[in-house]
Amino acid sequence: MKKFVLLALALMLILPQFAATTEANDKKIKAGFIYVGPVGDAGWTYAHDQGRKAMEALPFVGPSTYIESVPEGAESARVITGLVRKGHNLVFTTSFGYMDATLDVAKRNKDVIFMHCSGYKSAENVGNYFGRMYEPRYLSGIVAGKMTKSDILGYVAAFPIPEVIRGINAFTLGVQSVNPKAQVRVVWTQTWFDPGIERDAADSLLDVGADVLAMHQDAPATLQAAEARGAYVIGYNSDMRSFAPNAFLTAPVWNWGPLYSKIAQEVKDGTWKSEAIWAGMEQELVQLAPLNDKVPAEVKRLVEEKTAAIKSGELHPFAGPIKDQNGEVQVAAGSVAADGDLLGMNYFVEGVQGTIPK
Amino acid sequence: MKLVTEKRPMTSRLFRFSAPIVSILVALFVAGFLLLAAGVNPAQAYLEMLQESLGSTYGLSETLVKTTPLIFASLGVSLAFRMQLWNIGAEGQIYMGACGATAVALFSGIESHFLMITAMFLAAFLFGGLWAGVAGVLRARWQVNEVIVTLLMNYIAILGVDYLIYGPWKDPKGFNFPLTAQFSEAARLTEFFDTRFHSGFFLALFCALIMYLFMERTVWGYEIKVIGNNPKAARYAGMRTGLAIFFVLFLSGAIAGIAGFSEVAGLQHRLQHGISPGYGYTAIIIAWLAKRSAIGVVIVSFLMGVLLVGGDSLQLSWQLPVAFVYAFQGLILFFLLASDFFVHNRLKLVRGEHHA
Repeated sequence: MKKFVLLALALMLILPQFAATTEANDKKIKAGFIYVGPVGDAGWTYAHDQGRKAMEALPFVGPSTYIESVPEGAESARVITGLVRKGHNLVFTTSFGYMDATLDVAKRNKDVIFMHCSGYKSAENVGNYFGRMYEPRYLSGIVAGKMTKSDILGYVAAFPIPEVIRGINAFTLGVQSVNPKAQVRVVWTQTWFDPGIERDAADSLLDVGADVLAMHQDAPATLQAAEARGAYVIGYNSDMRSFAPNAFLTAPVWNWGPLYSKIAQEVKDGTWKSEAIWAGMEQELVQLAPLNDKVPAEVKRLVEEKTAAIKSGELHPFAGPIKDQNGEVQVAAGSVAADGDLLGMNYFVEGVQGTIPK
Repeated sequence: MKLVTEKRPMTSRLFRFSAPIVSILVALFVAGFLLLAAGVNPAQAYLEMLQESLGSTYGLSETLVKTTPLIFASLGVSLAFRMQLWNIGAEGQIYMGACGATAVALFSGIESHFLMITAMFLAAFLFGGLWAGVAGVLRARWQVNEVIVTLLMNYIAILGVDYLIYGPWKDPKGFNFPLTAQFSEAARLTEFFDTRFHSGFFLALFCALIMYLFMERTVWGYEIKVIGNNPKAARYAGMRTGLAIFFVLFLSGAIAGIAGFSEVAGLQHRLQHGISPGYGYTAIIIAWLAKRSAIGVVIVSFLMGVLLVGGDSLQLSWQLPVAFVYAFQGLILFFLLASDFFVHNRLKLVRGEHHA
């Protein structure tokens, strides 16, 4: 009897340990996210956070953590390291300015996988990812080109970096494909997120006669400006129609959920490897938000056709001939711009009124 | 009866030293209610903040990394304060210093580590100094208010750096992103313990020591204090106040400029947008709290480092929004500044006339 009790006691001591080891083998993914703006920005960071939540719904993904409004540059390395030290094994850094810091932290933490958004560097444990936003931008240009009466379109743009320039060009090419007379005017704000400055920029474009605005910003201030002045507006990042129910036409939007879930799955399966992901509409990473009912049916049909053409690869927004503002041919007739050229794009196409600081 | 404030006839030494500590405790107490409201146990949160910023080699290294630029910038600002000159432009001087150091790092082609670092240091010193020196000349010569000039020149400096990184200094291999190329190994300060802690910190301590000796042990230091306290008397005594104004603002900007050197050579290894997240403005608060003393600057900068690094842990451990962290840090500064007022003033109840 005594022996039996001892055995029972011993089992009671050992069994929980077994339970603990099986749990450890079934290691959950603990993901961390670094955001450049607040999750409530309704734009860029909001879209990433939606993706995070979608990923979190997977059974093998544990509760994830995000840190918002992290300054870009060297400052961010400390926050990224903080996530690693808290046991996160998959870290997403979601702004260009985190590139160096991500690589620096990754070098010191080889057992953690990092994914950096919108840069061009990678390492053994650092992949980078981004979306071909120029595809839905082009489509939104078609809508804007059809809806303008003044043939002046305004574009509130953050920083003169290739990503933004590519968007302006794709939009303009979309506009000009249906309305060659229309011109796109660009105002730089030099900020990703500052509703006050964005609003001023939008107002200045409305003042010079723009009747459709587009923007590359993280806040919905441009939408509110258009709504207040009875103009039309193309959103960005997320479906922002609630900010401008009358003015909102459509928006090129991010859909990070499927990509984040796919990455988490690969990490869990052990099949993840460092690569540069640049996915488009075909993979549903970027989309065009549903059009406003004010958009005529024939325009809707046109957009549907072009969407299908882009998805099938039949239509490339940067198919030649494309001339820059000085009339020089940048993409020859019969060819399409190479990915390398798109990534480093540093010229405006014909039809854009504005300058790139050089 | 009404409540009035009056100047204390004498400030007690004990009170002066205990006031900052008491005020931090009061601030922590008040902030504790904020934490409670957010559903976080304040004691646990404070412990975590200390743990995060001081409790490990890593935490301490990060706190010192943060402290380094703050020491340089605050030394610069506090030197000018000594002469009753208000240098609000440390932020711009940091950018100019970084700009000077980067110019050397990218274009000098020096291969020796020692020579390269020395040249970068001198360039940063000169760039920061001349930038503030503009305000010095305007003030000395034409009595133009240096507050306005130094402040406005911040914007010029930051936009100037933007121009360079978007234009001529852009990394040719960087896909047109607004960054300079990364510095060669020769142009990087030594890092220690496999952390980001770099030799810039020792340079900052050395700088503080030099500044202390300069102010307390040299005739120039004495003159600066006299001119600051009583410019008329100084002029009677034959001191050349105009020259001193230029000299002090130059030096003030030069020291702030070293912060720019230390940030690009020690931490960032390239020039890019946002190299200083407002160190130049934080420096004004630090210089004020440190009572113009070089040793005080080192201590307060370190405390500020703890506060900034510890603030991250609030987000990291409890997912508190960033606005909460700002509110928390603001509260602590508010009480610190208030305590300074009460060291020199006191509240008194006085009876109305008709009662007397």
